[in-house]
Amino acid sequence: MAEMVEASHISFRYPAEIDEKGNQLESPLILKDISLTVKQGSFVAMLGHNGSGKSTFAKHINAILIPESGTMTVGGLDTKVTENLFDIRQKAGMVFQNPDNQIVATIVEEDVAFAPENLGVPPEEIRRRVDDALYTVGMYEYRKHAPSQLSGGQKQRIAIAGVIAMQPDCIVLDEPTAMLDPQGRQEVLETIHRLNREQGITIILITHYMEEAAEADRVVVIDGGEVVLDDTPAKVFAQVDRMKELGLDVPQVTELVWELRKAGYDLPAEIITEEECVAALENLLQQCSDR
Amino acid sequence: MAILKTEGLTYTYSAGTPFEKTAVDHVELSIEDHTMVGVIGHTGSGKSTLMQHFNGLLKPTSGKVLLDGEDIWADKKKMREVRFRVGLVFQYPEYQLFEETVFKDIAFGPKNMGLGEEEIKKRVVETAHMLGIDETMLTRSPFALSGGQKRRVAIAGVMAMRPKVLILDEPCAGLDPKGRNLMLRQIRDYQKTTQSTVLLVSHSMEDVAGFTEKLLVMSKAKLYCYDDTPAVFRRADELKEMGLRVPQISSVMGALRSKGVELPQDIYTVEQARDAMLSLLRKGEGTC
Repeated sequence: MAEMVEASHISFRYPAEIDEKGNQLESPLILKDISLTVKQGSFVAMLGHNGSGKSTFAKHINAILIPESGTMTVGGLDTKVTENLFDIRQKAGMVFQNPDNQIVATIVEEDVAFAPENLGVPPEEIRRRVDDALYTVGMYEYRKHAPSQLSGGQKQRIAIAGVIAMQPDCIVLDEPTAMLDPQGRQEVLETIHRLNREQGITIILITHYMEEAAEADRVVVIDGGEVVLDDTPAKVFAQVDRMKELGLDVPQVTELVWELRKAGYDLPAEIITEEECVAALENLLQQCSDR
Repeated sequence: MAILKTEGLTYTYSAGTPFEKTAVDHVELSIEDHTMVGVIGHTGSGKSTLMQHFNGLLKPTSGKVLLDGEDIWADKKKMREVRFRVGLVFQYPEYQLFEETVFKDIAFGPKNMGLGEEEIKKRVVETAHMLGIDETMLTRSPFALSGGQKRRVAIAGVMAMRPKVLILDEPCAGLDPKGRNLMLRQIRDYQKTTQSTVLLVSHSMEDVAGFTEKLLVMSKAKLYCYDDTPAVFRRADELKEMGLRVPQISSVMGALRSKGVELPQDIYTVEQARDAMLSLLRKGEGTC
């Protein structure tokens, strides 16, 4: 498989602030020599506590930020090259935390049409893309509604539709479910998993919800601007002590199994779903009563 | 003794227009003093509208809100005082900071209450301490702080008024797991120290499970139930139907119970699940 995103030794710091006396303040490195590749069609979850640098990394993927050193390529295009900017932003779309900050139009379908209009797509093609995108996120019947009348989960799906209408290869979502209720979260997650499965769109999901990360193909943990863990969800979450040390958490089922293992019971460490947990506990109880 | 009571509380948005919508429908509720209450319900269930009635931001279309037994709308002149007694912290309160220093921002509420300088200072320092805001931070600009610190300053500003009832709308939204946990512990400690009533609005069942005594569930503009937290989570199927969930761990314990494993019903934290599993496993210790 081809590489969708390729970060090679990238470092980044924000511009230094000037204090009231006119001195330049030291600006810390936010990303420190990160090398990371994301394959086309994969679903990657990124975890890290607030201030770890994960959102800063995400903003490098569609060239909102450009590395201070190192190279970032998206679909083979270097983000440093200004001429690539339009192509990169068409290839990699972003969805942010607050749905109210990313909706620009007063009618749902006009909002979804905003990006393709700006890309200069012909009107008939825009119509087709908007309808397709709204069907994909399950919001077609709301196409004539005002976004202000929709729920948070619905608004996030409209934001995702707006990105899909650009026909991107990759979607980066920065805590898209932080402001949503459980049902809204479910809607958004089902949508992005379907896009990944059915259309092969690469998904990079930044989240604080461990259950969401458990459903990814791969989990990357960022701490202090560096990649500290990078593996399958089962292998990452099995390191319960390490995750807690990093200010993160693990799914409740993983923690329960870890606690029981500490108490001396023989259970597999790499359990991240409810079904796995129920099966493992049942098995354990069975063994005990058999003996 | 009930600190907050509602009688037939009903609120209709845009009454008389095509957009008319009843957001709160005949809610009868009685919240005891000194309680930590979790408020859940999916988006549009009416929970925010209900909360905004408790400090008089919205006036009921019909029905009453009683604070300490008194109708808050009985005497309009007293509304200012009601707002000191019922503090409301909105979502993302860090956007509401405005003062030059952290101290001034936290002191804004108490100052408006007309408290003396000494008392104001005492409250600011105490409250900052409860939320882990370092004293050296008090002289700094709130805008120079991190997101989590800013949010604590904003919450401290309401807590410093020492309201009898404190309502927090999603105080943990956007915080990382460690930050969430710390925030929830600080809120619980505040509730214990001040012996006040705290209403915690949250979408996270795990959060309300671990930190509240009572749960208030709103669904389709109606009060679905108000009961002890374990009793509410026992109704997992009903919660799911409402678009809510139970904590993952309760779901696992429920699945085991339905397969005939003898586990208690009131499990909604990892610690409880561990203890229940251990006692079950050790019961058969002779054989296992």
